Amino acid sequence: MAKSNKPIIWGTFAAGGTLTAFMTPVLIVLTLLAATGHVPDMLGYENLHAFAAGWFGKLSIFIVIFLSLWGSAHRLRITFFDFGVRADTLVAIAVYTIAGLGSIATVVYLLRI
Amino acid sequence: MGEKMSRRPYVQELSRTTWYFKQPRYMRYMAREVTCIFIGAYTLILLVALLRLSQGQAQYEGFLAALQQPGSIVFHVVALGFSLYNTFTWFNVAPKALPIQIGEEIWPDSVVAIAHYVVWVVLSLVILFWAGVI
Amino acid sequence: MTGDRLSALQVELEILRYNPETDTEPRFQRYSVPCKNEWCILDALNYLKDHLDPTLAFRWSCHMQVCGSCGMMINGEPKLACKAFVRDYTGVIRVEPLAHFPIERDLVSVADDFMDKLKRVKPYLIPAKKRSIEEGEYRQTPAQLTRYRKYSMCINCMLCYAACPEYGLTKSKFIGPAAITLAHRYNQDSRDDGRDERQEEIATNEGVWECTFVGACSDVCPKHVDPASALQQVKIASTVDWYLEHFMSWVKK
Repeated sequence: MAKSNKPIIWGTFAAGGTLTAFMTPVLIVLTLLAATGHVPDMLGYENLHAFAAGWFGKLSIFIVIFLSLWGSAHRLRITFFDFGVRADTLVAIAVYTIAGLGSIATVVYLLRI
Repeated sequence: MGEKMSRRPYVQELSRTTWYFKQPRYMRYMAREVTCIFIGAYTLILLVALLRLSQGQAQYEGFLAALQQPGSIVFHVVALGFSLYNTFTWFNVAPKALPIQIGEEIWPDSVVAIAHYVVWVVLSLVILFWAGVI
Repeated sequence: MTGDRLSALQVELEILRYNPETDTEPRFQRYSVPCKNEWCILDALNYLKDHLDPTLAFRWSCHMQVCGSCGMMINGEPKLACKAFVRDYTGVIRVEPLAHFPIERDLVSVADDFMDKLKRVKPYLIPAKKRSIEEGEYRQTPAQLTRYRKYSMCINCMLCYAACPEYGLTKSKFIGPAAITLAHRYNQDSRDDGRDERQEEIATNEGVWECTFVGACSDVCPKHVDPASALQQVKIASTVDWYLEHFMSWVKK
């Protein structure tokens, strides 16, 4: 039997899972504060725009969104299987397409800043 | 030999849609897996934030205002719960994937897991400080 | 019902019965078995077979958690019947053959699939260069032994397969926890050079990539082998392999 090509996605899943484990809760706390009207200084337009204008900010934002998207997409594919959906190829195409488009959009938006 | 005995094994089928009700650990596993729905959806919100940020101040501030809808607050609270569950489950099993052996000793799983928690708390505090919250 | 250490207790067992010659599907049969307080489920089954119903079929051999043949589902949990004690249960105890495996008869499972999988992963030393008797033994330091020692404790009891939903959901296509762990055990051995051959079996879609890290295998393992850890390490190593094979070959071109 041929060796699997799943590692290419699993690599992003492992990295994405690790990143979301460390980062997602605190990010949600930040936007939750904004949602309750207490916008953190850094989430103000000028501060955030300045951050996203620099290369370090661009890279950080890209890594967070890219890995979170691909990590979630891969786990979602497995979750569909676990809930009994056996159209795995279709599910895989759908979730990876969303992750791919999201990744491209991230680059485009970052370059516009 | 097999032919002489009347072998007629009964095949046990596992229900593909309800199997996870069989054991509590399967339920915990599924709870861990569905965290991806909330983390994925939250990431899409971040993507929208980035789009609005790239469009200008008025659009971005419109996004911040939209965040204040009740549905958004409820989503944030629920997503926070699921993302914390993802964090705990990830750190608790991280030692299995990354065992650390020094000489003849393998570090206990708890040491590796606790190291993850310590780094997580410090990193979260740094980000809160950076964001001007504390 | 209950008593002190020396007294007997009456244990209600609900046992799955299946006779391939007469039954179209399994059914449950209830027995009331007088047990000693210190008995394990296997003792209760042996008493039952000797005194109450000689037709009950089940496998066992050592009665001391070494042979791995008395694996069964006890109240829905994969257990060795010699390691599960009647005093730890209350009410009716439900005893079934291992989940996910075909039932040969009563509590006896068909193990053929597992035996085939063990063979596939080449669970033996494949040295780079065979040493002659004169050259002496293959030597190993204690630290090198530590790298795989835990994974060498498997007794092939198949509890991990009965615990693994992916094995059941893939209709036993998945090579599964014990076999992949055994492959990892040899891959980790300093005397071995057979990893490439084993990767052909385990780095496949039916191999380690069917694993979704439910972790149930490690929960139920009676010998604390921790198959889930072995499988995650195989995934990481296979992922590194993949990136190296594909990207390094581009770099070289």
